[in-house]
Order: sequence, then structure tokens, then C-alpha cells
Amino acid sequence: MAERVGVYVCHCGSNIAGVVDVGGVAQWAKDNLEDVAVARDYKFMCSSLGQELIEQDIKEQGLTRVVVAACSPHLHEKTFRKACANAGLNPYLCHMVSLREQVSWVTTDKTAASEKAKAMISAGVRRVVLHEELEPTEVPVNPTTLVVGGGIAGIQASLELADAGYPVYLVEREPSIGGHMAQFDKTFPTLDCAACILTPKMSDVDGHPNIHLMSYSEVEEVTGYVGSFTARIRKKARYIKEADCTGCGICIEKCPKKVVDEVFEAGLGYRKAIYRPFPQAIPKFPVLDTANCTYFERGTCRACEKFCPTGAIDFEQADEYLDLDVGNIILATGYDLFDCAKIPQYGYGRLANVFTSLEFERMCNAAGPTEGKIVLRDGITEPKSVALIHCVGSRDKRHHPYCSAVCCMSALKFGHLVMEKTGADVTSFYIDMRPLHKNYEEFYDRLQQEGMHFIRGRAAEVTDAARLPGEEGKLIVQAEDTLIGRQRRFPVDMVILLGALQPRADAKETAVRFGISCSIDGWFTERHPKLDPVATMTDGVFIAGTCQGPKDIPDSVSQGAAASARVQGMITTGTVLIEPIIASIDEARCSGCRICNNLCPFNAIDYLEAKGVSSINAALCKGCGTCVAACPAMAITGAHFNYAQITAELEGILYDAVRGNGFGSPKRSGGDGRHAVIPEPALEPAS
Amino acid sequence: MRYAYYPGCSLTHSAAPYDLSTRAIAGPLGLALEEIEDWNCCGATEYISINKAAAYALVGRNLALAAQQGVSQDVVAPCSACYLNLRKVDHYMGKYPDLRDQTNQSLAAGGLHYDPGSLRIRHLLNVVVEDVGLEAIKSKVTRPLDGLRVAPYYGCLIARPQLNGGSIDPEYPTHLDHLLKNLGAEVVDFPLKTHCCGGHMTQISADTAYELIRRLLHNAAEYEADLIVTACPMCQLNLDAYQSQVNRHFGTGYHLPVLYFTQMIGLALGMEPAALGIGREVVSAAPALKKIGKVAPETPAAPRRRKRDDKALPMPRQREEA
Repeated sequence: MAERVGVYVCHCGSNIAGVVDVGGVAQWAKDNLEDVAVARDYKFMCSSLGQELIEQDIKEQGLTRVVVAACSPHLHEKTFRKACANAGLNPYLCHMVSLREQVSWVTTDKTAASEKAKAMISAGVRRVVLHEELEPTEVPVNPTTLVVGGGIAGIQASLELADAGYPVYLVEREPSIGGHMAQFDKTFPTLDCAACILTPKMSDVDGHPNIHLMSYSEVEEVTGYVGSFTARIRKKARYIKEADCTGCGICIEKCPKKVVDEVFEAGLGYRKAIYRPFPQAIPKFPVLDTANCTYFERGTCRACEKFCPTGAIDFEQADEYLDLDVGNIILATGYDLFDCAKIPQYGYGRLANVFTSLEFERMCNAAGPTEGKIVLRDGITEPKSVALIHCVGSRDKRHHPYCSAVCCMSALKFGHLVMEKTGADVTSFYIDMRPLHKNYEEFYDRLQQEGMHFIRGRAAEVTDAARLPGEEGKLIVQAEDTLIGRQRRFPVDMVILLGALQPRADAKETAVRFGISCSIDGWFTERHPKLDPVATMTDGVFIAGTCQGPKDIPDSVSQGAAASARVQGMITTGTVLIEPIIASIDEARCSGCRICNNLCPFNAIDYLEAKGVSSINAALCKGCGTCVAACPAMAITGAHFNYAQITAELEGILYDAVRGNGFGSPKRSGGDGRHAVIPEPALEPAS
Repeated sequence: MRYAYYPGCSLTHSAAPYDLSTRAIAGPLGLALEEIEDWNCCGATEYISINKAAAYALVGRNLALAAQQGVSQDVVAPCSACYLNLRKVDHYMGKYPDLRDQTNQSLAAGGLHYDPGSLRIRHLLNVVVEDVGLEAIKSKVTRPLDGLRVAPYYGCLIARPQLNGGSIDPEYPTHLDHLLKNLGAEVVDFPLKTHCCGGHMTQISADTAYELIRRLLHNAAEYEADLIVTACPMCQLNLDAYQSQVNRHFGTGYHLPVLYFTQMIGLALGMEPAALGIGREVVSAAPALKKIGKVAPETPAAPRRRKRDDKALPMPRQREEA
């Protein structure tokens, strides 16, 4: 029996109708395309009236297939599938043609746009006729969640889930949770101390019955799918028996080896070879750094072991591997600070008194290397003048084109702290001031009143080459003051570079491990930039905080909470539907060559020894089609993307490509559809 | 490696030692430099701003000759001004078809023609560092320049503007730094490494030029450099020949010899100073060169330990240099 197809061309206000002749295209479809029973154009197909139109036609006109030519299926495929289902039609018999993203938004010529719309609708109609009824599989959701990264975003996400009564594994790479926020001194714009507001949350994590904290651990591998992932965790050897350690810190006190702490102290301070990054570290257990430990270097010392009152030091400890079963994953892996030495004209690494923002945070922090005193690199001298350079590595084509979002406010905070603690003169060199959020502009205003100087212009260089009187022995910041149109030189004692926030050095590997993607800049990509900022294209994997893009503490906390709310929704529902658009293997055709097994990016294909054939795990398969294309025996079929459907779609799109070659008629060309009908080459050029 | 060699006028007179040393090291470094036959002046720094059509024809003629003689696709210029002019003409002829046609019309009078983009214009410093390679040079060093503190001076013409993707960092170049380090010399930080030497301002407004020269000498002296190493004949001339006038003008007493990087390579390869044109500079390099090999014997002290009361903060860790 011939199918009855309904074609619905959406105006999308003027988004599509402004470029494509929607009425004409709909009429053309009805007149020219085989199987089309109804063709309409409508102002907004996604409105409830638009959906009702489809439902009504299915019921009254007996439609068996639906093609909606509107926006991208990313946006409204679910809407129209639901409309079909409401009218009793299998939702997978509905197909969307992207007229907005692929035609009207990218085409200016109205005639060409309408012609392209026709071709695409023709393709959609040809393929939808061959659609099969599919049923999604329902799988249970494991109520346990894995949170990766114990910065403020990860802490917030973990606490919200745990407080709602759901178990959480919180995995942190460093010896303690707290992230970058634990390194900071004060937080803008209220200037409350970072530790004072962060450490209570850290203790909550530590004592929470629903949170299993795994610090100094990393996720090695993730398998499974939404609702039931398995994550392999490497718990790095601390060389401390956690069960015996009381966290008294005697081992740290007795350790004779001091090294520069490149991580927590940002290279500005020292730590022991056995260490706890900061006094309020959670968990309290120290970590032994084998790269610097005298015992691991030379085989003697063992001072920590000698003095440990509970015998908790274990030099023989090895890395442990744990497999965790979880239903959802929240990634909150944070950011790295831009390497300021990459802009050599600012002198970082060459000129002693040029500091990065992170170094300065540590310097200001009362628990930091200078106990909160703002001093030059000699550790003694207080600066009398300080320059703050914004956008170091940000808004710079050579490094990161984006704005790092937090530096303007950090600079204002630094300005306040410097003036408060030293009375030094502070000058900020900015391109644009961007104090965007609540109470930020007021803070900017406050600093202007406190007497901080603002020079609008990107600093050209920082040099110690004195030229003018008063410059001897100083660092000179040269910049164009764009408000007066002059080059100016500012001799100062100290320069602070507000380095860009950049993706973690291993962000790309992390993305691959969790099956999500990165933007060009390297930040994790959200499902929708505006409407779905914490979900990813991979079901069950969510992102929060700066791993998604530069943001400040309030925004990171909001995202942590948002991600946890999304996960709670999944857990409460209890089950999740898995898309049936997946691949399957025809056992009769499979020769058992196993080519597909290793190609599958989701490890969804197993080889069945007994039968001598490969088999696809429906729950793991994402329907990417790699195996379908690779199978030499054409034994694998992708649902919704089988050969017949793809060939039909191609025929549809080429309906008017060349006349007289079999594709000329907009009617179907027949054939079994499984194999492309290759037309005979035209002997005569088309006239 | 074969190159079409464009010495430029400076190297035939004031910068003859640059030419001499370049030819001296070419063989040992495996560079076959074949001079472009019948080349002419590039117009130096001013002409291109005064009479564009004539200046483009003047430079274009050299490019056309190099292309016609077909020695190599790579044209190498040791003089920074020549390098910039050749590069500029090649670049803008490619960018503006009118300019290309106009220039080629002029060249046609001499039976010549140039297709922009058909040659690669390289500075000698680029060729030495990128084509020969630092490792290869290091392996040929027989007399390391130990004990010599040198200020690497690039001048303003090599690094900018970055036409057709120049490979030298315009903000803080390091080609010369790495080269000199590999020759064994101690390279001092020289913040003014890309600042202007005054160019022909010595002829127009001597006071302005003297101040620009003084800044450079002062900065190099401040970092206790024994000598300044440059890659540009103009820079060498200004800093060397005008040094005594600058001293007189400001009442200073700088004595900073200025040598070409090619002379330093020659020295490190064990060649005789005279064969490299050393001794022809105004401010004698002899006292400085006596320091070669005389390294203050380092006391094999125990690894420095931080004193208990040392409050100094650690310097940022330097990443491994390329």
C-alpha cells in the first residue's frame, strides 16, 4: 500500500518565510512528489496549533508518514515526534528537514533558496516513506553519580545531590578538594575571604554520609551508557595508610626536603616532600611526592616513618584501581592559568617583580608564602607602586580570542587589596572594563573612588630598561593611553599579569574519555549554549563550572547546582529511554571478520565465539554508523540510515540534477533500495 | 643548500666585514650562496616612501633578476633593510594587481618580469637558524665563545611587519639568542633588542639619533655585555661609528664593540679574526674577544641551599627552551 505523507513547511516567523517561498514550496510538494497526501505551510509549526494540525491530519487524512520542514532536528525533532505519537503514529515515522539552518539562514538568493528547499523536502519525503517503526528501549538509572573535579562547582554539585539523598563519588586529581578557589584570598565584589566561605562546604563534603570522596585519584576509563556507566578510577598511591593516619602533620614537620610548590602555591612558595597543600585540606591525609622524596631518591631517610605516631607511612603502597558503577557523570574539571611567559614582552620569568594573578592570590593569602604580606620577589620590600595588566592571553588573536570574564573584577579586587595593605599607587591597564554581574559595577565605582588609576590601553611591554628620570631600578610599563591618544611610560615596583583562563592541558583527552566534545578553544561543549548549558551531547554526562568556559565563582556554583538538578531529575524518573536509531548485525551475512569490533568508538560490538559472528550491544550503540560503512559484507544496518533510506534520500535531493539519467523524475526510481541504482552514463550531453 | 645571494650596497662598503664573514662561514655551514648577477641598490629605507613607482621598479628588478637566473627559489639577504624591501615589494605586488602590473610595465623596459610569490625572501639569520639548524652549528663549534657576555641586537627591520608570515617573533625575538647560546656565549637579557638604532636620523637630526643610540648602549652596558651582536649593517654602523660622538655628546664612556653574528659564528668555528673582518670596526673588539675561553673557574660549591632566614620568593620555573 502506498504511504500517505504529510508535508509541513514552517515559516518560523520570517526566519524561513523571509527567504523561502514557503507557500509555493508546499504547493510544489503536493503537486510533484509521489505519496504526498497533504502539504501545508504554517507560521509556527512548533506552536501547539501547528502540532495540532499534524495530529488532526494524521487522524482525518490517514497520514502514515510526516515530514516537517522547519528548523534543525536538534531543536524540535522531539516536539514533532510527540505530536505524531499523540495521534497514534509511531514517532519514528516523522522526519525533519532543516530549512532554517541549512537553507534560509545560509542563503540570500530567494529563488535558489526555494529550489534548495524543494530538493531537501523531496529527499525527506523519499526517505520517510522507507522509515520503519522503531521503539526506544527503556533502561534503569543507577542513582549513584560520579562527580569529577572537586573545585567549587564539583563541591556544589556533590553536596546538592548528597543532600537530596543520592550517593555521590567525588573524584579529585589533587591531594585536596577546593580547586582554584582554595588558593584565593578574597572574593569579589564583597571581599569575603575565600577560605571562610569555601572550607565549610569542604567539611560538609568530608563528613557527608552520601559522599564518597576520592582525592588524589583520576578517572582512567569510562564504559557504559546513560543510567549505567562504569568508571575505572586510579587511586594514586599516597604512601599513607588512610585508616591509620590521624592527620597530625608530624611527618610533614619532620620531613627534611623542601621543594617549590608548583600547584597550590603557584610556584611562589615551598612545601615538603610529604605534604598537605594547605592547612584546611580535605581529606586531611598528606601525600608523599616520590619525585622529590629523599628515600625514593637515595634509599635512606624515612624520617616521616620514624616519627609517625600511628605507623601510617607505607613506602610499599601501590596505585589502586576501582570500578565504580554510576548512573550519571558530572564533569567539573576547571581551568588552567595561561602561561604568561608566552608573552615575553611582559617579562614574566625574566623580570623578578612580574607576577601572575595566581601568584598574587597566594601572596595576599594569609596562609600563603608571605603570610599575606604584599612584597617584591626579594620577600621583604613592600612595593610603592603596582601595575595591573588585564587581558594577558585573552582577547588576543595570537593566544585566546575570548574574554576570560573574571580578570577585570580580579584586577579591581587586587587593586583594593594592594591599596589597603600597602598604600601603594595602583594603575590598571585595561582594554575595556567588563564588570558585568550583580554589584560588580558598584565595585568598579568604589575602586575609582578609592583612588585606583585606570589607563585604557593594552600594555605594550614591561621593561627594566630605564630611559627617563625616575625610571632607574623600576619596571616600566609602556602603554598607549587611548583616551588621550599618547604613548605613556609608568615606572612601577611590581607588575601583576591577569592571565587568561584556559582549558586544562588535558581537556581534549578528558573529553574523549567521557565521549563529549570540545569547542575550538578547547572548552567542553554544552548541548545548547543558551538553553541547555550543563548537559552535553552525550546523555548522562553533564558539565559544570570553568571546564565549560571562563566564569566566576557565582556562575560556577550555579552550574554545579544546575547539573545536579538535571541528574536528580534522571534519578527520580528512574528510567531513561535509549534512542532506537542504532546499528544491528544480520547474523546470516556476518562472516565474523571482526573488522567492526575495533572500529566502534563506543566499544559496543562484541564477538560471539560460539556463533562466530559479531553482535552489537543496543544500549551502548550510539548509531554513529562507522561499523555500517566498514562492514565488507554489508551485514550491518543502521536503523534510519539503511542503504535503502540513504539511497532514496540521495535520489530525492538529486531529483532535478540531470535530466534523462533516471534521476530526472521526481517520482521514485524503483529498485530494491538496498543497493544504489547506478544510472547508465548519459552518452549525449543533456540538451 | 643553494641560495641566490643579494648582498646589497652596504655589504660592499661600510659593512664589508659582514660580507666577508658571511662568505667565510657559508662553506663550513653548507650554504652555497650564488650572488645575483647585476643586482642593484634596494633603495634603502627612504626611497619607498618618496617615489613608490620607482622604488618598486628598483627592488622589482632584483627580484626579476633572481627569478630569471633561477639559482634558487630562496633569495637570501644579510642586510635587514634589503630584506624588508625585497619582502615588501614581493608582498605588495602580490596583494595589489595594479601595483604588480605597473611595476612589471617598468621592468618590461629592461626585458624583465616578476611574478610575486615565486621567490622566498629570507634573511640570513633565518637561513642560518632554520635551514642549517642550531644543532648542526653547535656540532661544528671548535672554539666555544665561553666567557663572553653578548647582547643580541635584532634591530627594528627584521621582525616587523610580519609580511607573508615571517618566522621571527616581532615582540621578543629569540633566534639570535639561541644561536649565540649554541656558540657558547653567555647571552644577556637585552630588553631593547628590537628598538630602533636611529637609522639615517644621524644625517637628519643627529640629536635624536644620538639619544636612540645612547639608550641601546646604556641598556647593553647595564646588563654588563662585553659586546653587542647584530644582524643589520645599519645597526652596526650607528652603534659602532657614532659611539664616540654619543660619548662626547652625553659625557658618557661606553666602550661596546658591535660585531655581526656571522663574525661570531666564524670565531666559534675557529677561524682567524682577520679573515672575518674583525679589526675593521671602529670600537675595537679585541679587548672583549680576549675574554673568550677565560671563564672564571666556578667553585664546585655544594648545591646552593636556602638559608633558614631567606625570605626571597622563588622565581617562576622556566620551561625548557626550544
